[in-house]
Amino acid sequence: MANCESCPTKNNCESQENCMIENNPWNEVKKVIAVMSGKGGVGKSTVSALLAKGLLNKGLKVGILDADITGPSIPRLLKVRDKKVESSEWGLLPVESEDGIKVMSLNLLMPDEEQPVIWRGPIISGAVKQFWKDVYWGDLDYLILDMPPGTGDVALTVMQSMPINGMVMVTTPQDMVSMIVAKSINMANTMKIPVIGIIENMSYMLCPSCKEKIKIFEDDSLSEFLSRMELQLLAELPMCREIAALAGEKDWDHPLVMKTIQEAVTKIMEYIQD
Amino acid sequence: MVSSCSGCSTASTCSGSCPSVPELTEAQKLSNVKNVIAVMSGKGGVGKSSVTGMLAVSLMRQGYKVGVLDADVTGPSIPKIFGITAKADANENGIIPASTEKGIKLISLNLMIANEDDPVVWRGPIISQLVKQFWTDVIWGELDYLLIDLPPGTGDVPISVFQSIPVNGVITVSSPQQLANMVVRKAIKMANMYDANFYGLIENMAYVECPDCQKRIEIFGKPNGEKEAEFNEIPFLGELPIDPKLAELSDAGKIEEYNSEKFNQIIQKLINQSLGKGTKE
Repeated sequence: MANCESCPTKNNCESQENCMIENNPWNEVKKVIAVMSGKGGVGKSTVSALLAKGLLNKGLKVGILDADITGPSIPRLLKVRDKKVESSEWGLLPVESEDGIKVMSLNLLMPDEEQPVIWRGPIISGAVKQFWKDVYWGDLDYLILDMPPGTGDVALTVMQSMPINGMVMVTTPQDMVSMIVAKSINMANTMKIPVIGIIENMSYMLCPSCKEKIKIFEDDSLSEFLSRMELQLLAELPMCREIAALAGEKDWDHPLVMKTIQEAVTKIMEYIQD
Repeated sequence: MVSSCSGCSTASTCSGSCPSVPELTEAQKLSNVKNVIAVMSGKGGVGKSSVTGMLAVSLMRQGYKVGVLDADVTGPSIPKIFGITAKADANENGIIPASTEKGIKLISLNLMIANEDDPVVWRGPIISQLVKQFWTDVIWGELDYLLIDLPPGTGDVPISVFQSIPVNGVITVSSPQQLANMVVRKAIKMANMYDANFYGLIENMAYVECPDCQKRIEIFGKPNGEKEAEFNEIPFLGELPIDPKLAELSDAGKIEEYNSEKFNQIIQKLINQSLGKGTKE
């Protein structure tokens, strides 16, 4: 959990108080997991949605806080893009997906999902904080934070001011990507936030015609990366039409992917219980 | 196109002159950049850096002097794909960009930190300031084209780039995923608010060719770049496949060796439609 000792600005900070923010008193959020990468477009939101589904399958109460304010993907992935957030005396009410995942995202507050949010860092970070303290999440076993790319404002605010139990890092089998993911892992280490493990996305694809396994990225340095970062592998996910279609309109299931995700969820829960 | 107050998001609350027309720095006096192109998407991981890299290489092959400004401060890809590990240098006039084997000039935060995987844990104002410095304090010298590789999002960096760098044209990169289209539309709308001039849209990751049966696999759904371009009222430049060869060469830092017939068509279209007549004298 963040404290002043691990804060990068501790030497020139004038605040006498810890910058952890208070949660909404009506909320009872037991565990918070952040899904991060540093790199964009590797599948953070897809992994967040899949992990939420996996936790739900274990009978748990789950929410997703979409911390990607300028490029939110969660409302489409969970098919709640047409719903709008309402307010109550306890705070903003997150919308709920068909299967019962609570969702808060900036796009659910916008009249038009294509409207850009042209905000500078402090306002963006403020919105993320509000998604934590001004939203009535109620009783949740797990809240998943879907982080934006980068190690800037949002990452810093989340790691400084929210009680993260652990982070899941998403990568793809490309050297260039793992270099950027390493930046995020090093940031989490500096901030003393535990990293639970790595999910490698787009590991391979299956040709729909000849069923041959195609490696788009011929990089096989994953095991070297894991041992250098001293992290466990939680799952390897394929690149497939079905996952890409998660963002589409029709109902979604994929036995192979969900089996992998259930195993990852078990590892995450074990890590957090310890 | 110098960013004008009318295109500025804070025009109504701004009290005075905008820092977009400051006095020239020493580095700027030593530079003459004829055309600035921003590569933007809004969405992450669609191939902004790859497109920037390929564009730089194609223009260089045509005999132009090219520079690349990596504006993705917290997630820089440019040095890696060009295989640059040397650090940027400086003299009393400013920062000296790195140069690739073939002579493309590069500046990126990763050329200024000790280890490439050290994180840059900075808040927006500092990140924006650095990107502005990449424009004002780097001795770019004589350049026909400076390409700016923007980070994902519509936050600090794109705001600062549009406000303080005279961008001549924007190229936007998309993928066939509807989800990506939604986020790309946000970025296009943002650029329009700054009166940006669009050179066009490139649809990346349109398909993969199966190495075994050669079938075209449309992994992210049916390519729709042309329709998206039309919807956003910007020119369509063409589609690009997911190419394992490009990923391999990029990881090896050898993007300058990459050659793609598809991309050559795109660059030709770009030159015919925009660059041929768009260069300011």
